[in-house]
Amino acid sequence: MSSLQSLDITRRSATTTPSPQVRNTVDVAKLIDVSKCIGCKACQVACSEWNDLRDEIGFNVGVYDNPADLTAKSWTVMRFTEYVEQDGRLEWLIRKDGCMHCADPGCLKACPAPGAIVQYSNGIVDFVEEHCIGCGSCITGCPFNIPRIDKKDNKAYKCTLCSDRVAVGLEPACVKTCPTGAITFGSKEDMHVHAAERIVDLKERGYKTAGLYDPPGVGGTHVMYVLKHADKPEIYHGLPNDPSISPLVSVWKGALKPLALLAMGFTALFGFFHYVKVGPNDADADAADETHPDSSAGPR
Amino acid sequence: MTNHWVDIKNADVVLIMGGNAAEAHPCGFKWVTEAKAHNKARLVVVDPRFTRSAAMADYYAPIRAGSDIAFLGGVINYLLANDKIQKEYVKAYTNATFLVADTFKFEDGLFSGYNAERRSYDQSQWAYQKDKDGYAMVDETMQDPRCVYQLMKAHYARYTPEMVGKVCGTPVEQFRKVCEFIASTSTPDRTMTVMYALGWTQHSTGSQMIRTAAMMQLLLGNIGVPGGGMNALRGHSNIQGLTDLGLLSNLLPGYLTLPVEREQNYEEYIKARALKPLRPNQMSYWQNYPKFHVSLMKAWFGNAATKENNWAFDYLPKLDKGYDILQAFELMHQGKMNGYICQGFNPLASFPNKKKIGESLAKLKFLVTIDPLNTETAEFWKNFGPYNDVDASKIQTEVFRLPSTCFAEEEGSLTNSGRWLQWHWKAADAPGEALGDAEIIAGLFTRIRAMYAKDGGAYPDPILSVTWPYKQPLAPSAEELAMEFNGRALTELTDPKDPTKVIVPAGQQLASFAFLRDDGSTSCGCWIYSGAWTQAGNQMARRDNSDPWGIGQTLNWAWAWPVNRRILYNRASADPAGKPWNAKRKLVFWNGKSWGGSDVPDMRLDAAPDQNVGPFIMTSEGVAKLYVPSGMADGPLPEHYEPFESPLPVNPVTPNNPKAFSNPAARVFKDDLEAFGKPKDFPYAATTYRLTEHFHYWTKHAELNAITQPQQFVEISEELAKEKGVKAGDKVRVKSNRGEVVMVAVVTKRIPVLDCGGTKVHTVGIPNHWGFVGATRQGYLANTLTPFVGDANTQTPEYKAFIVSLEKA
Amino acid sequence: MNAVTAADGMRCALRIERVRAFFPLAEVSSSMDMNRRQFFKACAAGLGGSSLALLGFSAQEVLANVRTFKLTRTTETRNTCPYCSVGCGIILSSLGDKSKNAHSEIIHIEGDPDHPVNRGTLCPKGAGLLDFIHSPTRLKYPEYRAAGSNEWKRISWNDAFDRIAKLMKADRDANFQATAGDGKVVNRWTTTGMLAASASSNESGYITHKFARSQGMLVFDNQARV
Repeated sequence: MSSLQSLDITRRSATTTPSPQVRNTVDVAKLIDVSKCIGCKACQVACSEWNDLRDEIGFNVGVYDNPADLTAKSWTVMRFTEYVEQDGRLEWLIRKDGCMHCADPGCLKACPAPGAIVQYSNGIVDFVEEHCIGCGSCITGCPFNIPRIDKKDNKAYKCTLCSDRVAVGLEPACVKTCPTGAITFGSKEDMHVHAAERIVDLKERGYKTAGLYDPPGVGGTHVMYVLKHADKPEIYHGLPNDPSISPLVSVWKGALKPLALLAMGFTALFGFFHYVKVGPNDADADAADETHPDSSAGPR
Repeated sequence: MTNHWVDIKNADVVLIMGGNAAEAHPCGFKWVTEAKAHNKARLVVVDPRFTRSAAMADYYAPIRAGSDIAFLGGVINYLLANDKIQKEYVKAYTNATFLVADTFKFEDGLFSGYNAERRSYDQSQWAYQKDKDGYAMVDETMQDPRCVYQLMKAHYARYTPEMVGKVCGTPVEQFRKVCEFIASTSTPDRTMTVMYALGWTQHSTGSQMIRTAAMMQLLLGNIGVPGGGMNALRGHSNIQGLTDLGLLSNLLPGYLTLPVEREQNYEEYIKARALKPLRPNQMSYWQNYPKFHVSLMKAWFGNAATKENNWAFDYLPKLDKGYDILQAFELMHQGKMNGYICQGFNPLASFPNKKKIGESLAKLKFLVTIDPLNTETAEFWKNFGPYNDVDASKIQTEVFRLPSTCFAEEEGSLTNSGRWLQWHWKAADAPGEALGDAEIIAGLFTRIRAMYAKDGGAYPDPILSVTWPYKQPLAPSAEELAMEFNGRALTELTDPKDPTKVIVPAGQQLASFAFLRDDGSTSCGCWIYSGAWTQAGNQMARRDNSDPWGIGQTLNWAWAWPVNRRILYNRASADPAGKPWNAKRKLVFWNGKSWGGSDVPDMRLDAAPDQNVGPFIMTSEGVAKLYVPSGMADGPLPEHYEPFESPLPVNPVTPNNPKAFSNPAARVFKDDLEAFGKPKDFPYAATTYRLTEHFHYWTKHAELNAITQPQQFVEISEELAKEKGVKAGDKVRVKSNRGEVVMVAVVTKRIPVLDCGGTKVHTVGIPNHWGFVGATRQGYLANTLTPFVGDANTQTPEYKAFIVSLEKA
Repeated sequence: MNAVTAADGMRCALRIERVRAFFPLAEVSSSMDMNRRQFFKACAAGLGGSSLALLGFSAQEVLANVRTFKLTRTTETRNTCPYCSVGCGIILSSLGDKSKNAHSEIIHIEGDPDHPVNRGTLCPKGAGLLDFIHSPTRLKYPEYRAAGSNEWKRISWNDAFDRIAKLMKADRDANFQATAGDGKVVNRWTTTGMLAASASSNESGYITHKFARSQGMLVFDNQARV
């Protein structure tokens, strides 16, 4: 028996020991119905409150998005897009961004630290910070650009789908708080049924291309969206049209161990420089970091 | 709210106008998304901005801030012209059939009886025609040109779609589309709910905006029915409760009113309020006024209130004028006030024209603030750079800052918008030495009373007589106070029909206001709250959420006033014969012997339909008033007037009468009149509002909320931004004739640019929420900009429509 | 092979060197222009050394566990959100079981699932209530600012009540209007006023009204006015 309460682990990063597989557990999923989302940020606040996180009090940079991006202390943020339809009608598309909990998680595959990223049998992909070495490979591996490394403890963080709540039979904090019912949670099967009902309603209201976002390129996700314009996910603040894991990450996946290890180092390095040069923040944000008094504390 | 939050799920159409429920009341807005998802409801939003509510709408139409009466007047015109009204309802349940005296006239924007010098009307000219018995005369055919239906039709015929376009800037096609959605609920089986808030109240014509919408709802038969109603979404957790308890300058608990100076005689005072029915068989429930009033005076003054002293009538202060907050700060500014106590209130941030408010506070001898948090008001004397540029050494006001507990550290009840009184329990001790509000009041009161008892002073009688029966005089408990406002029998109450039968033993809590007496044998601190804490215990603490009828009527959850009724005027949900208009959504109905159903009937239980008792029992007519023969300061039918600061040169409805430009019956003080700007200097319409991330000037103290909206901003259209060379994120300077603020610009497609009859109107959107104390980045108080003028009836300030200029800073 | 100390900034430069020795690819980095900030980030990431450490691929058991559920034995108290008028039901979770020696500290707030209106949901304001309760700007003691002064001074409740009561009585005695010009009884006091809190309970509101009106106060409103 593991010490994992109700959550069995099906996969661990950088570990070849097989996981226990005899128990059948329910696949869970969070469904975000963008057509019901008012962008109130209750989920952001509930997430931070539950997880004991307090991000920095930032600035207004000319938009509603605050914090401006995901950080190690903001595991979900609202992305606001003003979109004009062909008939001239304005739509305010608001998407809750955060970890998608891919069935085939690129972060886990890219992670070189044993056990730092795990996937539970219910589908949740969780970071175990105690084992995280802060390399940033998970960021490279993630097709949705989600994980962030904290400047102080040098560990990667992201949404846990409230694994601590789900493990004791509760829904995630964001799901519970959502005032309009835009976020729902249950078995993945039930979420598919619920999504289908919502899509019928949206089509009846004239959104002919309404549909479900559960991208096959990552094996489907345990966080799904109902979109009014499912044919154009990219209009929702750059939601990837057909996300998949970077081929570099896939290389070592099936390789023999020594080669895999070499590849892992290589991939990690690539990811490392990619992270250092590009992600997760843009260059401007990095430059702005220079002016923050705590930036000198980076290495600690 | 006439209805309640959960009931919104029963609506077929939801109109959000004069409010932004998704943003200001997200958890209540849930019931809109439920109505859409499970009742195929359509959501229509009309707003100067494309709000978060608009983002959820099936249809959105823009409107110029302050022009809602023109828009809704246009809707009424559409409904009447296209015969899209629920005729049977209108005939039976409204005063459409009532005949109006010939003295009533309307010419060029003004009603008859206007006195320009006093800026007020002689309302006697608006009366009904009366028969020899004193009853109002009616014409059941509604053909008489002096009947309300015909007068109303003529009045709103001027509000054509083209006129609406000119006044409101709403494109004619979009206006028509909104009308179609609304008109679809004129059949008995369809209903619309109207959700509004401060977007209507905070105008110089606010009360009449709400009335126009209520008239629309009555014409559609949408009042008193499930999924219908006029639903005021109140701003604070217990603003409904404090209103019910009468904490306003002119009120007593339970919507009883203070006497005015000329009412020197108790009988006169009662007679003016215990209104006789204006039609045969009507209940005119206010006839019970003396029972409520005497019971209140017994609760407050106990044995000192006797029949001989007219139940201590002289203990009540008499009004010579309104002492609303605008009047108060005008007096303070003139140096006519010495002391002020702010209990959980931040007037420097919340009242218009911050400069005037600050100057006024500086003229006080003493200021007391009672709050769990630091406030701008408590530190009005302190220099905060450009945000509060004052010299402390020149301000002679003594200030006391008293710490109070917050919700988590106390117990008691709060009344929500749906009129539910809900009890809450204490979870932890307050920090430091903070005390509860009741303890602070008791601490002050017991000292004041002791001084009057010892040293005497000005009219000590009421202070020495007021009841203070609390076991711990310095710490009255919530239970004791709730039991007091519920009321009890002071002596044994017997059945009026059989004096040998005791119905309530002496000392027992009363079950409802039906037991109140005007002979001093009952005491009750707030008649509409009678039933909240009965002999059976605390009804507000009930937690059974079962919904046996499936339409959201959870009658055993908490307790609602009056008498646990969840939907007001619910008799109107059935047709005149007592059968529900809509069999799928049964509220109350006549079962052959009595009224019953899923709610507590708003009707005498044995009043058979053939007795023709009207469903609007609180009016002396017994029916709802489309036309108001008295009581509204600015006219019996709503008329569009421009905001006191308008971007338009003339009122497009009455372009040739300057007297009818702005509300002719609104009170304006001289200095404030001079502080109004002109469109040539301040060309843009401005409006202030809430965001979903914050609650007023309160959550800026909470780090979690500060993170989600950290810094003050202003919203402008892409077109205006381009014109001014402003990019998103730039700082801009926004000025009114009263002050200026510098903020970050959010440049957005969500602020429409309007064409009002050839005049292009830009809107500048100014969220409040920031100030100079708390966890967010420091900012200016938004009320630095707003004008000091209020609604003609309520004196609620005109925060929603004024004018500004804007430049890149 | 001390991967776990990767965050140690003092060693990061050395580690970069080691990376270069093992992987010629690392040369790429010299052709990339890294500014100071990025360099620090590189040190912080510390990836080179740590991933090399993995070549050994320790066989030690890697334990993983979800965060322990933090509300297992907290005390739950039912309350109502104090912000808007929806009146959402909330549950306050506090440390300790209310036994004599335990000081209740509220550590979490979430919606009450039994409540018919909010059904467990909360908006961002309600979801952030914990930080209102524990705000650093909560007031803890009565304070006094003297005329012309630039600072607060802590005072006792006794002193505060005594001083305010005296100020009120002095003003009332001086300015109470018993009659209007022509002998009408008016019994009003308009030189001191009060604003009542519409976020306080009905019970507080009721006693506040009794307090104000029994003194003849007319300048008296609550937030419903605005």
